[in-house]
Amino acid sequence: MKKIVFLLAIAFAAIGCSNDDDGNNTPVTAAVSFKFTQNWGVNDITPSNYTTGVYENAAGNYVSINRLRYLISRIELHKADGTTVSFDGYQLIDLADAGSLTFNPSESVATGDYTGISFIYGFNEEDNVNGAYPDLNAADWNWPTMLGGGYHFMQMDGNFDDSNGTSQPYNFHNGTARVSEGVFEQNFISFDFDQNFTISGDVTIEIAMDISEWYKNPLTWDLNDRSVNLMMNYLAQKDMQRNGATVFSIGDITQ
Amino acid sequence: MKLFRVFFGILAMSLFIACSSSDPDPADPNEDYIPTPKPLTVPPIFDRLLPPPTVPSDNPQTVEGVALGRKLFFDPILSGDGTQACASCHQPANSFTDTDRFSIGIDGLEGTRNSMPIFNTAWNTKNKFFWDGRAFSLEDQALEPVENPIEMHNTWENAVASLQSHASYPELFNKAFGTSNISRDLIAKAIAQFERTLISGNSPFDKYLLGEGNLTPQELNGFQIFMDESRGDCFHCHGNENSPLWTDNIFHNNGLDAIITDKGLGNVTGDPNDDGLFKSPSLRNLAYTAPYMHDGRFATLDEVINHYSEGLVYSRTIDPLMKAVSRGGVHLTESDKADLKAFLLSLSDPSFINNPDFQDPN
Repeated sequence: MKKIVFLLAIAFAAIGCSNDDDGNNTPVTAAVSFKFTQNWGVNDITPSNYTTGVYENAAGNYVSINRLRYLISRIELHKADGTTVSFDGYQLIDLADAGSLTFNPSESVATGDYTGISFIYGFNEEDNVNGAYPDLNAADWNWPTMLGGGYHFMQMDGNFDDSNGTSQPYNFHNGTARVSEGVFEQNFISFDFDQNFTISGDVTIEIAMDISEWYKNPLTWDLNDRSVNLMMNYLAQKDMQRNGATVFSIGDITQ
Repeated sequence: MKLFRVFFGILAMSLFIACSSSDPDPADPNEDYIPTPKPLTVPPIFDRLLPPPTVPSDNPQTVEGVALGRKLFFDPILSGDGTQACASCHQPANSFTDTDRFSIGIDGLEGTRNSMPIFNTAWNTKNKFFWDGRAFSLEDQALEPVENPIEMHNTWENAVASLQSHASYPELFNKAFGTSNISRDLIAKAIAQFERTLISGNSPFDKYLLGEGNLTPQELNGFQIFMDESRGDCFHCHGNENSPLWTDNIFHNNGLDAIITDKGLGNVTGDPNDDGLFKSPSLRNLAYTAPYMHDGRFATLDEVINHYSEGLVYSRTIDPLMKAVSRGGVHLTESDKADLKAFLLSLSDPSFINNPDFQDPN
């Protein structure tokens, strides 16, 4: 009888140990969040300082920022096994609202090796549906129907010193491009970054926007030439899209 | 003697049990009491395009709470001399503002801001109330006018005492909140409940969007001007057909003054970059809400349109969306101005100001 009790005790101890001491503490899944940061070259731009700085763009315009909002959608993580994790939802980043700089998807992800991160700046054609998103409607984020409808992708407003040294406003707004009456062209940008990383626990992935890139690469954007009334300007909209291709990068991945 | 003591003890205990079980003191909060829920009535156009209304979890809408709030809103009992109610400066016929540039308080003193209209507050997405955003909830907002020396000029102690000694209010609070012990917080909650019911979403333009009505060619052209970045460009601050609040609920300096004397949001945040910024008002019900702007400087809608067309002036914090300031404005033609005005008036909602549920119940 003593032997049986002893064996049972050993068996229970072994089972108990095997549950939490198998030599591998890596959880099966992890929470992921995305942190959106902004910079102008080496200068960090945050909710607490974005209205106070003056920056020089590639054309030599001295620029201040009064308002910066932009939309990111369809964030995906690409696993080493070839599968993709897609996150529902979108994020309207607004520097006037520090809470909007973090996107916490409801989905958790599998731990393991990953090879890439992708997302869309703005909405793609399938998602950019006029009036479809109540929270964006309430935020007055819509893009005029006469210009193709859907939603703004970015709204950056501020002032610059013109060639006479006089402060002038700029409205750098981006969305669907209007080609002509009733003819529109999609204007979103798909970003697909190759990046090897391993998720072993809850992780925060930084998506960084270098604002200066909107003004310099490949086109040097002089606000003296184009500063306001850009929404209905087809060439301005397409030039924004071209310059936007180098605006985003993947920053720190912390866990 | 012993028997008498036992009898007396039983009698006392019986009385105690009887009182404690069926005759509670109404001044004690009754945690188990649940007033009758009364969800907000959401207009179809809001239901289609906007998030659900926001109601704080600690102040749900109830039949009894709304009725109490409505009675309080129209009752001058909250003011220092019993002459002024919330409704004195927030009249139903004027979409819950008044016709004065600056409202007059009980001591005959004039304020410095135009009385704001009250509607669709459950969709105030930024939860900042007043022209300068200094209140962070509707309940907070409701607390201020009672003690403001240029408004109702009372103390909350006096206001609460007046209600507490009133013949009917203690019972109405008991029905609304499960206690007859009146407090300023419960008063503010009741008023906020009533104010949240003030929902306006049945204008001719709403009916047009729902396919239930037509607009005139002039109104439709006015809407195009409103939405045209190179003409009106009103939509960046004042909504659009998919954003039917007709406000962004954000604060702007809209080019009224070269020298800012009222700092607005800047007084609240302490940030000089916020000086001269005021909340975008909704464009609904403009037919009833003159005069216009935070200081009521424009008596007519024509003056407002002329301001944006030719009257903009530069100041350091002017919003960059006032992009034509160097030319004084967007320079609309007289025809465009008339059409824009016609469209703006199509956002007014007669059924709102005439709603019997929103009138004085006293």
